[in-house]
Amino acid sequence: MLKQEVKDRFISIVGEENFVDNNASLLAYSYDSATQYQAIPDGVVAPRNNHEVAEIVRVCNEHKVPIVPRGSGTNLCAGTTPVEGGIVLIFKHMNQILEIDEENLTMTVQPGVYTKDVNEAAKSVGLFYPPDPGSQHISQIGGNISENSGGLRGLKYGVTRDYVIGLEIVLPNGEIIRTGGKLAKDVAGYDLTRLYVGAEGTLGMITEATLKLIPQPETKKTMLALYHDLEAAAETVSAIIANRIIPVTLEFLDQSTVKVVEDYAKVGLPTEAKAILLIEQDGAPEVVERDIEKITALCRENKAFDVSVAQTAEEAEQLTSARRTALSALSRLKPTTILEDATVPRSEIANMVKAINEIAAKYDLNICTFGHAGDGNLHPTCLTDARNKEEIELVEQAFEEIFAKAVQLGGTITGEHGVGMMKLPYLHMKVGEAGVEAMRNIKMALDPNYIMNPGKVFARERVVVNK
Amino acid sequence: MMDTKEKERIQQAFREKIDYDEIMNCTRCGFCLPSCPTYVETGHDEVHSPRGRIALMKGVVDGDIEPSEEVKRSIDLCLGCRACETACPSGVKFGRLLEQARDAIYQSNNQSLPVKLLRGVFFENLFPYQNRMIGLTGLLGVYQRSGMQKLAQKTGVMNLFPESMRTMEKVLPQVPKRKEMKNRPRHLRPLSEQKKKVAFFSGCLMDTIFMGTNDATTKLLQYAGCEIVVPEKQACCGALHGHSGEVNQAKEMAKRNIEAFEEAEVDYIITNAGGCGAFLVEYDHLLKDDPEWKERADTFAKKIKDITSVLVELEFHKLPLELPVQIVTYQDSCHLKNGQKTFMEPRTLLQSIDNVDYVEMKDASRCCGSAGIYNIVQSEMSMQILDYKMEQAQKTKAKTIVTANPGCLLQMKLGIEREGLSDQMDAVHIVDYLLEAYEKANGIVASEPVHA
Ligand SMILES: Cc1cc2nc3c(=O)[nH]c(=O)nc-3n(C[C@H](O)[C@H](O)[C@H](O)COP(=O)(O)OP(=O)(O)OC[C@H]3O[C@@H](n4cnc5c(N)ncnc54)[C@H](O)[C@@H]3O)c2cc1C
Ligand code: SF4
Ligand code: SF4
Repeated sequence: MLKQEVKDRFISIVGEENFVDNNASLLAYSYDSATQYQAIPDGVVAPRNNHEVAEIVRVCNEHKVPIVPRGSGTNLCAGTTPVEGGIVLIFKHMNQILEIDEENLTMTVQPGVYTKDVNEAAKSVGLFYPPDPGSQHISQIGGNISENSGGLRGLKYGVTRDYVIGLEIVLPNGEIIRTGGKLAKDVAGYDLTRLYVGAEGTLGMITEATLKLIPQPETKKTMLALYHDLEAAAETVSAIIANRIIPVTLEFLDQSTVKVVEDYAKVGLPTEAKAILLIEQDGAPEVVERDIEKITALCRENKAFDVSVAQTAEEAEQLTSARRTALSALSRLKPTTILEDATVPRSEIANMVKAINEIAAKYDLNICTFGHAGDGNLHPTCLTDARNKEEIELVEQAFEEIFAKAVQLGGTITGEHGVGMMKLPYLHMKVGEAGVEAMRNIKMALDPNYIMNPGKVFARERVVVNK
Repeated sequence: MMDTKEKERIQQAFREKIDYDEIMNCTRCGFCLPSCPTYVETGHDEVHSPRGRIALMKGVVDGDIEPSEEVKRSIDLCLGCRACETACPSGVKFGRLLEQARDAIYQSNNQSLPVKLLRGVFFENLFPYQNRMIGLTGLLGVYQRSGMQKLAQKTGVMNLFPESMRTMEKVLPQVPKRKEMKNRPRHLRPLSEQKKKVAFFSGCLMDTIFMGTNDATTKLLQYAGCEIVVPEKQACCGALHGHSGEVNQAKEMAKRNIEAFEEAEVDYIITNAGGCGAFLVEYDHLLKDDPEWKERADTFAKKIKDITSVLVELEFHKLPLELPVQIVTYQDSCHLKNGQKTFMEPRTLLQSIDNVDYVEMKDASRCCGSAGIYNIVQSEMSMQILDYKMEQAQKTKAKTIVTANPGCLLQMKLGIEREGLSDQMDAVHIVDYLLEAYEKANGIVASEPVHA
């Protein structure tokens, strides 16, 4: 519960209409796309500008009220679940594209802009903002930055981090700072921009971002390769990269995923294949042509039984947008879908796919796998029912084994979905106890009162994990 | 305000009526958010989003929250347009959840007096009985013809009603005379080589206030090669009841219709009102717990087809069609698109008319805010949605806005009237438009003007 005094101060900052605490609104901001988690906040605040954000933060810091910044709540790690109560801070008023600078190739935006609108605004002036998470038509740029989101084009163009060159941040003490800028080079002190990319709202509030844009590629081609077994598909991925071809997109989908996606999107995906690769290349026409030819040959060499290139832009678009629905479409099959995000070096992708299948068989679980194979980033997704407690326990054991395997192969527990509450118990597996401690020290230095998104990434106190 | 006892009653009703498995299908991915008109119009308020509404339903069932006024308001403010269903990759049947939630709230909730009266008049007294519907429409006719309308408009009696209703009163079509409404044709022969035998679901609103449109529908079917029967014993489809929490009445009507149409033995059952059609195709779901009716309902539901869909199937769009030079745009009927998945057919038909330049308006498939009696009970939100719609319509520079459902048609007329555009723009039902195009191209003199 918020003290009346605190409430009154919020209202005096943002106005009556921008503070709510009725039970329906509180419930509506209690969750995100990690469906197993939910916690009711004490209030929802919608500031109209950076100064209002700063004032709210000051009040919260003074009264030790937790703040959970929230974009569209599509994160998959329980990153916006207000576990310790407090307020949820939303950016519905801060959703403008402030500037497109065609001379410096940058775009400056407020945090509440949808990713897709950034993509489209860039495109409208012949420029390109590559990051395109599956959720792009609803996710906000503030959320993307805070999760360092990837997407379907990560292989060639990298992830959100690679396009954030400047930030305006409200620190947990209420100070407003600016990092980076429209600069190709900048070594003035620590790279705070990078620190805040992927900080999951635990270090402060992003109130503005300057993004790097690049020229729009001339053309693009999209193709599908079909396989009778998963590992052949995974081996093709390694083969393509080993042959020094870097496609824009190199997505892997297993049969169960293809089936549900096709059922929803009806774009004519081949449901008879055990695995498919969705591959895209862009660039100058002659380069694209040459790469697509080479890739086709590599697919065939690696036992693809069918390879086809999309004939029109619409057909290509249909295929990629169908892929974006994979996760949600999978959830049609069972009441609960638990999705993971294990990532390994690209060369290990075949080994990882094999390990996932073995682990699924061992625990007798239904695990479907799809993901950004070219990035070594797989999304093994378990179809289960949260009400079946016994099975859920097995799922947890299985995933723990999958994480362990990923780390053993030189990989990580999460490639793009973030730690949040969900991966908190496993963080040490990747970064070690000393690594967790270093992160905790950074947190303590910037946010000594632990008001920013508490309970996420790592626990408040140092916990000794006995293995 | 609700007292504790009532809240408990509603909560219990939620537990009994809500399909929990359907709720569990929602992965909270948020993909449906941008498609939801109330989410957009409330400036992105999660409470008024599909994901938020599903979470509220779950919250009430789980006992995490009590069914407060705010919970109820969220459910009330939903248009039931089901755009979220089309957007949902997980296949959540939101329309059904909404019906269940409304059923739970309204079976035990106290409504405000005007709403109660309105619901009473509409649901219990009017729609189930074609005769009474004719009676009331007849009264409306007397009112319109006698000069009372002018008097009422002058004296401002109408000011007692919400704005949408006041303007609505101005745009209602001239209703047919009582005698005409009683003597409806029951069997019609094709006017070209017979291709199909169909039954026509005439609909209560359509067969009274919009009788001319029904006549145009059967005429089009005749031209397209259909033998048509119009079963006399058919009832209202029950959609308005079903969508507003009067499920038992809806079931009764479904049974009457299934019986009436079984006798007709036809290939298809044709509707010309997206709202009715979408409800009719779900009769199998409505009666799923009734072993005696389930299968019959299933057979019935499979035969339902929208007029535009059967016309395209019978290649009506390849016949000569022509109108004076003009730009036309199309407003999707939510239930036709999201419920019956009929989306391309109306566009295909419009694009086949000579001289007509079809311009798609932005967000053509976003709800117009009519939504059954929504524009009366949620007047403010409805008008806000309508304003956006009219802005998009005007940008197309269309002379005609075509719709495929009576509710949308009235709402579009209302929008045109509100914006003061009556001299530049008109709204018509697609069948009236097509009939005019067919008759003009084939040199047939229309017996009466198809649209005024
Ligand atoms: C179906 C589906 C597909 C997805 N596909 C992908 C994918 O392909 N790649 C990928 O990387 N992710 C994917 N995601 C995950 C998710 O969409 C991304 O993490 C996205 O960036 C979250 O954006 P959001 O606006 O919803 O942020 P939220 O979920 O609201 O917030 C995410 C985090 O950012 C913080 N935050 C939000 N705004 C601010 C701010 N202004 N200042 C400080 N902190 C802030 C929050 O506290 C939280 O920790 C997918 C999710 C779904 C449901
Ligand atoms: S039915 Fe329409 S208004 Fe209601 S939640 Fe779905 S999209 Fe929104
Ligand atoms: S799109 Fe479907 S699954 Fe996703 S939040 Fe909306 S209703 Fe739930």
